[in-house]
Amino acid sequence: MAVLFLTPVYVILVTSLKPLDEVSLANMWALPSAIDFSSYSHAFSELAPNFMNSVYLVVPATLLSALLGAMNGYVLSKWKFKGSELIFTVILFGMFIPYQSILIPLIQFLRNIELYNSIAGLVLTHVVYGLPITTLMFRNFYANIPDTMLEAAKIDGANFLGIFRHIIIPLSITGFVVVAIWQFTNIWNEFLFAVTITNSDSQPVMVALQNLSGSQIVQWNVQMAGALLAALPTLLVYILLGKYFVRGLLAGSVKG
Amino acid sequence: MAEQAVDRQEQEYTESRQQQPAEHKEKKPKKKISGDQWVALGFLAPSFILVLIFVYGFIGWTGWVSVSNWNTLVPDFSFAGLKNYIYLFNDYRFQADLRNTVFFTILFIGLVIVMGLGLSILIDQKLKGESLFRNIFLFPMALSFVVTGVVWQWLLNPSTGYNQFLAVFGIQPKWYTDTNILAGFEWGSIEFGLPVAIIAVVIAAVWQMTGFSLAMYLAGLRGIPDELREAARMDGASEFQIYKKVILPMLMPITVSVIIIMAHISLKIFDLIYAMTGSGANFVTDVPGVYMFETTFRGNYYANGAAIAIIMLLLVAVFIVPYLLANRRSDG
Repeated sequence: MAVLFLTPVYVILVTSLKPLDEVSLANMWALPSAIDFSSYSHAFSELAPNFMNSVYLVVPATLLSALLGAMNGYVLSKWKFKGSELIFTVILFGMFIPYQSILIPLIQFLRNIELYNSIAGLVLTHVVYGLPITTLMFRNFYANIPDTMLEAAKIDGANFLGIFRHIIIPLSITGFVVVAIWQFTNIWNEFLFAVTITNSDSQPVMVALQNLSGSQIVQWNVQMAGALLAALPTLLVYILLGKYFVRGLLAGSVKG
Repeated sequence: MAEQAVDRQEQEYTESRQQQPAEHKEKKPKKKISGDQWVALGFLAPSFILVLIFVYGFIGWTGWVSVSNWNTLVPDFSFAGLKNYIYLFNDYRFQADLRNTVFFTILFIGLVIVMGLGLSILIDQKLKGESLFRNIFLFPMALSFVVTGVVWQWLLNPSTGYNQFLAVFGIQPKWYTDTNILAGFEWGSIEFGLPVAIIAVVIAAVWQMTGFSLAMYLAGLRGIPDELREAARMDGASEFQIYKKVILPMLMPITVSVIIIMAHISLKIFDLIYAMTGSGANFVTDVPGVYMFETTFRGNYYANGAAIAIIMLLLVAVFIVPYLLANRRSDG
């Protein structure tokens, strides 16, 4: 089973390292006769600008949505008030909606504020629609910080912001890592917003990859190299920070 | 009035923390609580307002577009009644989409659960290289559906890929290019049955998402105390019986979560199918997400696209709303 799960990896690597004339349907499983990086340089030259677009998109969007999520999670776990559970549910529902159901107004709205077809517009979109999940993750994370700690700080005269700055934020490092990895992966991999909000110059890498495979002559070696390049950042995150990645997965499953 | 509200909050606040010493409650100056509560609301308000506008406001707006006449490049918000919905339900392509969604969802969720549960039980047997196996099954989760689609398009190419092995056994499936519909009967204008081509897409989707249910079930299995298994063993239960009678029932809440999460992914799926097969010959692999995208942004039929989007939302809401409400109740 594990071998079966890894066959796509084998095929990506093998195909991407072949020169075009060796990539044929008949010998797709065969190892390349000589390792050839030309498909990587080809794919890289095609994808590089879009790759950078994805970087400019994912960094601010991740940071902003994590910060807002932390603020919301703090209030919704430690400063509950009448109706706060309702507000939480109202926010949480936004996580499940098919984004098709808000896409037309969103595009009209972005046109009106002149952020359509811009990375900034995509950042805004991802921050807003990332709010439900980041709020949920931070709320669950902060629920594990004992209330007695906050009580003690209150007795010492700390107020809402003081507690946030001096107790919650320092205790949130793990939470921030988990949420940031989750948001980074999701935003990097996202396609629907990317393909509808941007065109040509401001497209993120996933749209460019899709375009690469949509071109007339199918160069499978270039496509596979492109797929690997586009997947590299999230794969690296997974390999280097796997523990937090899994925690993010579990935290993202509502009840965790 | 604000003072009253604060009083009530204060009361609830202390009631919920009865372990607190009583004198502590009296010392706390009311004014400060009120100030902090306002700051708390100030923290929450921007996000809440954004969600109200961008989620609920926009859904309402889409709802309005779906009953408008806006089926050209130029916005036209005049009221059209249910015309767009009636058009869709009589539309061959949309009927095919609904059929495909039904079969995709059932196969996809079923396989993700069976594979995730089976693999997690195997891995939980404390076999060697446990973390290696877990990592192998989980890594597709780090990939994008577009990457998965591009790669599986190549693997399930009818004349190559896995077919080269299957050909040894004399089987040569046409995968996503197959236009057959299994066990079909006439339903509306379409043939209702399992489109064979959907299986190829399901394989790719299951490959991507099995790691998720695996991780969920592993976490669940870890949470079951060993004493429970020991006690069952003492009572003479076999390993199989322990799983059937003790462990599986305890994993039910996880199964429910997995079903909910997979269902909402499945009902709104777009990128995997768009990257892998498109709508397919005779719409055998088309889904509402792809139809919505093409009709709205390629065909400029905005009102029709909005109607598809609203139907998708309703389908998801059928699953999600009861779940959210149940969760809320158990939280409170």
